Amino acid sequence: MKSIVCIKRVPDSEARIRVGGDGVGIDPAGVKYVMNPYDEFALEEAIRLKEEAGDGLVTVLSVGPEESKEILRTALAMGADAALLLASPGSADGLVIARALAEEIGDREYDLILFGKQAIDDDNMQVPAMVAELLGLPCASVVVELEIEGRHAVAHREVEGGHEIVEFDLPAVVGAQKGLNEPRYPSLKGIMAAKKKPLDVKEISFTEPKVRIVALQEPPPRAGGEIVGEGPKAVPELVRRLRDRALI
Amino acid sequence: MARVLVYAETRDGELRPVASETVTAGGDLAEQLGGSVDVFLLGPPGMAQRAADLGRYGADRIFVAEDQSFSSYAAEAAVRFCEDLVGREAYDAVVFPASAQGKDLAPRTAARLDRGLATEVVSVGVDDGRPVATRPMFAGKAIATVAFSELPALISVRPNVFRPKERPADGSVEIVEIASEPTAQRVTGIETGDREALDVSEANIVISGGRGMKDPENWSVLEDLVEALGDDATLGASRAVVDAGWRPHSEQVGQTGKVVSPSLYFAVGISGAIQHLAGMRTAKTIVAINRDAEAPIFSVADYGLVGDLFEVVPALAAEIRRVRAGG
Repeated sequence: MKSIVCIKRVPDSEARIRVGGDGVGIDPAGVKYVMNPYDEFALEEAIRLKEEAGDGLVTVLSVGPEESKEILRTALAMGADAALLLASPGSADGLVIARALAEEIGDREYDLILFGKQAIDDDNMQVPAMVAELLGLPCASVVVELEIEGRHAVAHREVEGGHEIVEFDLPAVVGAQKGLNEPRYPSLKGIMAAKKKPLDVKEISFTEPKVRIVALQEPPPRAGGEIVGEGPKAVPELVRRLRDRALI
Repeated sequence: MARVLVYAETRDGELRPVASETVTAGGDLAEQLGGSVDVFLLGPPGMAQRAADLGRYGADRIFVAEDQSFSSYAAEAAVRFCEDLVGREAYDAVVFPASAQGKDLAPRTAARLDRGLATEVVSVGVDDGRPVATRPMFAGKAIATVAFSELPALISVRPNVFRPKERPADGSVEIVEIASEPTAQRVTGIETGDREALDVSEANIVISGGRGMKDPENWSVLEDLVEALGDDATLGASRAVVDAGWRPHSEQVGQTGKVVSPSLYFAVGISGAIQHLAGMRTAKTIVAINRDAEAPIFSVADYGLVGDLFEVVPALAAEIRRVRAGG
């Protein structure tokens, strides 16, 4: 089983986000960066599939700044075999990233391309399906269960109020949702082994983005609320307020 | 004249509630551009009759593709259908719902058409005669305004944000044949839980429980409140209780769960971590119930109630039942 896992470096979900001086990006000062949490499920799935098959290859790709090497190294320590960073100056939208990945992946040999269902920075949630479309592959997004038998796959994807079951043949693109598996932590042995695995950097140039952020703002603070009261005796007052606002 | 194309979502031959919201968003944009709204949708034979209803929300022309296989989401056919329509007419924008279907369909279509896509959009506008959109990033810790260098601009709108607006228009229905091609993937089933629970991203009222619930067994307390509040209400959960395996991740509200904008949000036994606040801060009204008067959740709540949730929540359910029964 040969998998390609696409991962992204993003601010930690507990990070406080401040708009930077340019007014269209964030101020990275003091922000801790991590591997996008959903990408951990994608990577774990690829490693498990390789382990179950008894042989295979897990390649991790990232598009981003030089610092993304850190998350690629983490991926190698978790069990990926090889890593490649596609580095480019300039800004990108989802389609630009998808094109860069599709171009790199196009000539490779693979059974599965895995992504986290979305990156928690841009929240674009568009690159996996775009890569599938550009490469002419089936795509299952928001996957919480994946069964592969030979060249056939059955995926359960999360939809409103339940799961949709999608069937397709490999090769295919899968977007991993939380719940697909329990990602492992890198072991000390894995961290040592990662030092000997290939981590390459390739300079690329982006195509022209078609969506551009013209302004980035922090959300207006919510007006400070009020404490209605303490304990069950405050309940009638709370219900009165909610009724006044026609909420119940 | 400017034209906006809208994808109306169906499942099992019925329009989904999000369809009227998407048409409304398309109408908001068309109004500002000085144009009209066309709608396209797929469904099984007979779908066309039910589609005409979208005229109420501003659909001028409604294009319907019918086939038995369109009872469930048919990704490849929907992309082709959209591509055909965009090839026939110069649209300024194509609007999708940011639902499970739309999150899959919109990016596929964008890649096929080679156009830019803005997802999870919460408001649409026009700048210099062209569409612009605002969308949260970092789960709402920042709000971006985005512009498009080429038209049509592709936009997917967040559920529960664009409340359906009556905007009567022609609503003329045209059945369109789309070439059937072998599909590389197909939906072979839908699994729902014991009851088809309202999804946390689509519910009008969300009651979320956190670590303060102490034990998964205690969720009956929240279920009873959901029942008291009626069909519009559903359960949510904090990351802590999902990670502990107490609740399914489909209920998780927050940066690594769902971002929700209900009319009313109850945070019960949730302290209010940054990643949780990011997921629910756009709720119209927030009620927090927590033992700890210093919990950060109270800083974003419109109404806070300090106390033991195991006393407060049953009293709340009882009071709601009492006032509802009394009219």
